[in-house]
Amino acid sequence: MAAPVSGVGNPGVRSSSLNSTSFQKKTRSKLLSIPGTRPSVQNGQLLVSTGVTSLDFLLGGGLAVGAVLLIEEDYYDSYSRMILKYFLAEGVVCQHELFVASAQDSPNDILQELPSPIMDDVAIPKPVEQPRLSSEPQDSLDTMKIAWRYQNLPKVQSTLTSSSRFGHYYDVSKTMEAEIRQAAKCHCFNLPDHPQQTTPSYSPTLESYSALLKSLQEVIQKEGFAGKSRNILRIGLHSLGSSLWGDDLCCCDNPKHTHALTTFLYGLRALLRSSLAVAVVTVPSHLIQNRALMGRIAKLSDTAIALESFKGSERETNPLYKDYHGLLHVRQVPHLNCLASQFPDHKDLAFKLKRKQFSIEVNFFLLSLFTFDIHTFPFIHLIGLTCACTESECNLSFWCIMFFVQHIKYLLI
Amino acid sequence: MFAELNSILNTFPDKFSQEEFIIISERRCDASFLIHHFLSFYLRARCKVCFLGLVQSFSHYNAVSQRLGVNLVQAKEKGQLVFLEGLQESLDPTKGLQDLFQFVRSSCSGPSGPLGCTDRSGGPEEWGPPVLLVDDLGVLLSLGVSVGTVLDFSHYCRATVCSRLQGNVVMLLHCDEEEDDGDDEGAEQLLKGLTHQCSLTLHVQGLPTGYCRDIHGQMEVCWRRQQADEQHTLNKLFQYKVHDKGASFFARGTSSAFL
Repeated sequence: MAAPVSGVGNPGVRSSSLNSTSFQKKTRSKLLSIPGTRPSVQNGQLLVSTGVTSLDFLLGGGLAVGAVLLIEEDYYDSYSRMILKYFLAEGVVCQHELFVASAQDSPNDILQELPSPIMDDVAIPKPVEQPRLSSEPQDSLDTMKIAWRYQNLPKVQSTLTSSSRFGHYYDVSKTMEAEIRQAAKCHCFNLPDHPQQTTPSYSPTLESYSALLKSLQEVIQKEGFAGKSRNILRIGLHSLGSSLWGDDLCCCDNPKHTHALTTFLYGLRALLRSSLAVAVVTVPSHLIQNRALMGRIAKLSDTAIALESFKGSERETNPLYKDYHGLLHVRQVPHLNCLASQFPDHKDLAFKLKRKQFSIEVNFFLLSLFTFDIHTFPFIHLIGLTCACTESECNLSFWCIMFFVQHIKYLLI
Repeated sequence: MFAELNSILNTFPDKFSQEEFIIISERRCDASFLIHHFLSFYLRARCKVCFLGLVQSFSHYNAVSQRLGVNLVQAKEKGQLVFLEGLQESLDPTKGLQDLFQFVRSSCSGPSGPLGCTDRSGGPEEWGPPVLLVDDLGVLLSLGVSVGTVLDFSHYCRATVCSRLQGNVVMLLHCDEEEDDGDDEGAEQLLKGLTHQCSLTLHVQGLPTGYCRDIHGQMEVCWRRQQADEQHTLNKLFQYKVHDKGASFFARGTSSAFL
């Protein structure tokens, strides 16, 4: 595991290269904090943000460095792809390095669709302006009348200083500007670029997965994430297990390559535990018929969530679900370096993709098992207004439902 | 080491039965807290422990064991603990598990301590009977090893450690719920085969009604071999909750959250 960073007292702001003041904060800890990370409050582990703040809260503060997040895709791969893009966009904003692998679209396409950050404090890179000599004629608008001592200092914060916030918000209707995106270092793995021979049938791995693992190993070695680097590598693997990777997990009831994906995930875990990297893997689980195999795939990842969107299903028109785009199931939460895992308190979660936020909320309607007739709908909406509860536990809502249940008995009789 | 579990199983660091083959099966939950219990228990009992940690890294086991009061790094230096970190070795399943078995045999029957380590009387430090802990056999299945190979491996380990060296073996196996018989023949078959060979089984399951904050699951303890003079095959059922530094076990329905 990556060593926990004891840099709690040091907020991520480096002493700037400007040296505009002589004040240097003394850090007592030998380990410097890496931008975009923070230690967990539970066990001091280093966490990074997934890019979705409500998902960070659900997972206990963020994703642990050295861990794998598995996302079971929804039917049309719209929301899982969105979360992957949030994850990569967060990496760009925090100046982490990115590694994107895809068999379907070119990784560059995914990178070009990243949402644009909503920013007050993300520094957009501007060219460094040289401080002007006082003898040159200056524009009258530029002359400072009150703070004239600071006139000759460089005007902008030069290099990209890392944003000291943890977790940012993104505007989905706009794509990230090219200059911000190009400031981040990206490694791409496009499967069609790596020609393979057919795998011999006795081998439990697939050529495509071995090539991917080898490429990951090379990047980690070369960039020094396993040793001296002080940056995080964010790995996004899109749609592993689909037929485009050469795997027949999704097309057959009794696949030949049953162990290819699990072997890959084990190798990925081995790689990540000894380096400063985080991985998000999406898997089209709705195509995998073998539920036990899906269970083993989830067991080999650290955190596993499943998305179920309402698009195209009969729930889309159900008034109970009209506020949401789908359901989110938390399959597994890791307990790294500690004995007990911290599952979220509520398991009935629903998500909604808004323009500026991907929100995940507890859906109290799902607790009820009744079928409602048309007369009871107004009651539901009334209760819904009183007990809509986003991220905090709300005992009041439980009693509201109990009250409601008591009274509905009279209506149904 | 969980005190309540010790009293349930009637084992204590200074008095425990030998030649035991213990199987822990987990379904819909995570029973690795039991592996940590047995690890700290046998280290406190001054046994020589061989631990095959295939699932997590050494630092994870070390961090958890420190909360339970045992230092794995020191145990390794003194020669009491032999640790195989599966994530760092490249396990090649096509070659079978012979290398793994050779490792187990050499570490369990090897000299009791490193040559430089002596106790007060000047001889090498003597440890108790060897113990083999495996976390988790399901990983071997996921890597493509066949059920028969894993059964053979467990049989050889039991023959070496339990019968020949009078030690104990504890193995963890993760099974998933299968909907019909065709789905997970691997883990279920393996569990049946292992249950037949073992002397004590701990079946750990999540609650059938789903996740609950106060009760993390239920554990069924099945003694298979007749103990000493008693001729009972008693099955006991408990519910448990895992805390930060241990786990508490209670009879069904008597959780402190509800009483």
